[in-house]
Amino acid sequence: MTEAAASLIERDFAVPDIRCAGCIAKLEQGLVRDRRIAAARVNFTEKRVHISCTPDAETPELIGAFSLLGFEAHPIGDGPAEVDGGASDSRALLRAVAVAGFAMMNIMLLSVSVWSGASGATRDLFHWLSAAIALPTVAYAGRSFFRSAWRAVRHGRTNMDVPISIGVLIATALSLYETATHGPHAYFDGVVMLLFFLLCGRWLDSVMRDRARGGVTALLRNMGTGAMVVGADETSRWVDATALQPGMVMLVAAGERLSADGVITGGASRIDLSLLTGESAPQEVRLGDPVHAGTLNVEAPIRVRVTAAGADTAIADIARLMGEAAQGKSRYVRIADRAARYYAPAVHTLALLAFAGWMIAGAGWHHSLLIAVAVLIITCPCALGLAVPAAQIVAAGTLMRVGVLVKDGSALERLAEVDRAMIDKTGTLTLGRPVATNLDEADTTARGLLLALARASRHPLSEALTRDLTVMDVMPVAVEAIRETPGFGVEALWEGQRVTLGRPAQPADDSALATELAVDGVPAITVRFADALRPDAAETIAALEQAGVAPTILSGDRAAAVAPVARALGLTAQTGMSPQDKLAAIARQAVAGHKVLMIGDGLNDGPALAAGHASIAPGSASDAGKNAADCIFLGDRLMPVVQAIRVARRTQAIVRQNFTLAIGYNVIAVPLAFMGYVTPLVAAIAMSGSSLIVVGNALRLKGAAR
Amino acid sequence: MNGLLVLIPVALGLGLIGLAAFFWSLRGGQFDDLDGAALRIFVEEEEEDDTP
Repeated sequence: MTEAAASLIERDFAVPDIRCAGCIAKLEQGLVRDRRIAAARVNFTEKRVHISCTPDAETPELIGAFSLLGFEAHPIGDGPAEVDGGASDSRALLRAVAVAGFAMMNIMLLSVSVWSGASGATRDLFHWLSAAIALPTVAYAGRSFFRSAWRAVRHGRTNMDVPISIGVLIATALSLYETATHGPHAYFDGVVMLLFFLLCGRWLDSVMRDRARGGVTALLRNMGTGAMVVGADETSRWVDATALQPGMVMLVAAGERLSADGVITGGASRIDLSLLTGESAPQEVRLGDPVHAGTLNVEAPIRVRVTAAGADTAIADIARLMGEAAQGKSRYVRIADRAARYYAPAVHTLALLAFAGWMIAGAGWHHSLLIAVAVLIITCPCALGLAVPAAQIVAAGTLMRVGVLVKDGSALERLAEVDRAMIDKTGTLTLGRPVATNLDEADTTARGLLLALARASRHPLSEALTRDLTVMDVMPVAVEAIRETPGFGVEALWEGQRVTLGRPAQPADDSALATELAVDGVPAITVRFADALRPDAAETIAALEQAGVAPTILSGDRAAAVAPVARALGLTAQTGMSPQDKLAAIARQAVAGHKVLMIGDGLNDGPALAAGHASIAPGSASDAGKNAADCIFLGDRLMPVVQAIRVARRTQAIVRQNFTLAIGYNVIAVPLAFMGYVTPLVAAIAMSGSSLIVVGNALRLKGAAR
Repeated sequence: MNGLLVLIPVALGLGLIGLAAFFWSLRGGQFDDLDGAALRIFVEEEEEDDTP
């Protein structure tokens, strides 16, 4: 038993559909019934399941165990290091917050006694005790500030951390000197409180990034988890996408995505290229045709001989283009750092002026230094450090409730600035999946038969049909002996007659997808499928225009396929665009001084999403698209895009108000500090007061999405 | 003054115990799944006796 326990391996799975306590119970109690799984633990916040399983359990079997319980699971690869990197970052910050909070409370306890009149030996004792608590705290909790400030100074730049570090260090040194010389004022409480508030801001910022990243990981389908590979002796085994080699033969079922580039060596089917090129009509492929990784096989099972895998696939070229495009975005400077550019020199000049002024007035260097430190402490960007992250985390929480995941704070800032929107067609303006268009031609019996047959199959068209019919409240009729023939369709017995649902006897004239219901070989109805517009596309376009964001369509599809959509929405469109063309279109707008919001889903949109000033992708997007985008919206409605822009703009307004508040507070406090009226007591009140006001103002964003 | 010599270490000690408890719970993973913890009270534990 101990041997078996020692050989267990740990795996993580993302399960996006965990919604309630029932799901937790079902997963944790259901999974362990599989003999390969020893233990399962659900993490509801991150929507993932951690399982311990025997080493012989293969990925598809484990995914099968999940689907038996009715959940879709996606393995989280062997790269937990990068995922956990961010989480441990915010955990370290939380630890620093805890230490600073503990120190702040205890020093404040001692300081209150000093302010209320302790003197002589008692005051000295309290100051020494404060020093004993404060020095380790500053060393521990201040590390991240010192490190970042040092990095900036070494490169000849300045950021918010430079005035913070200088202020903290000088104030600590002077307080130590005061303590040693039995002086009346020590600023240990101010220093630690400053660190505490600033760390809170940092931590909020980091939590926000973690939360969004958790959401995104749960959505990532882990493109091409692998493929069934057929060996020379016709045995098949599951091979991970990373282990695929040119020359292997993959068996690709209908409804499965290809994991590598290859050539068809068996069967004929239609391939959905929409994620790769934006083209909405599936392409027919026969023996000897090349097929690409990331595309979806929609019709019949095929055999594909791998010609390129991993980094050699056509997708990899797009990935390279994406990497280059993303560099432009990394040059964006966040609002807090932009403010720091002016703020830091101003603070230091003020403190120097105070020191020089009092020296000239003949106050002696000790007194002058004391006043300079008071100026440094009072101007330290305490409220500023909290102003931006507090507003952004509240906004991100609000957006998450309406189904928009924001990846980080800078995304919100950039989103607020956009004035042009470039929208992909397939999968973004449209749903990107087949929707039955002529179901109203079918009578009740036909509908019942359609549902009864369609729900027995996992074929993409059958699933589309099942979904559409279920929404229409159709009751399935009772059929017997259901059988599915790969490459043809489903057949069954209904009141003694043979009913079939499958490929139309006469192929449709255009390339549209269709399926035919036949009773005893006589065609009853041919159901046609098309890619439908999202239900609120027109409203969303109107709302975008109203918000001052001019939309256009940027599609990789043929002009003939884009025209009806463009006409229905009253938009201009550029069609037949390659990923490079989309990049160029965005670059032209950027040169003209416009800030472009890119909305798209496909692999072909990846570079454009990375290049846009801001970008949004639907939750159904390709993994590359979701990785490149700043925000992701869930569900079929497009309106969250406009809500995200609105909330981002309101957040920016709140951030500006907070800056104004902070500056207003400085306008009052700095002259007081200059005149030498700011004792540690006044500094403590001013600091906590301004922080509370700033956080309170940020909380007003809670209902901003409504 | 004598009271202080007792009370201050007591106050600091209590604070440190709190801090240590927080670190302990952080390391134990109690803060990993805050939303899930709220839902777990609704989870009915399976009967242990039917698995020998």
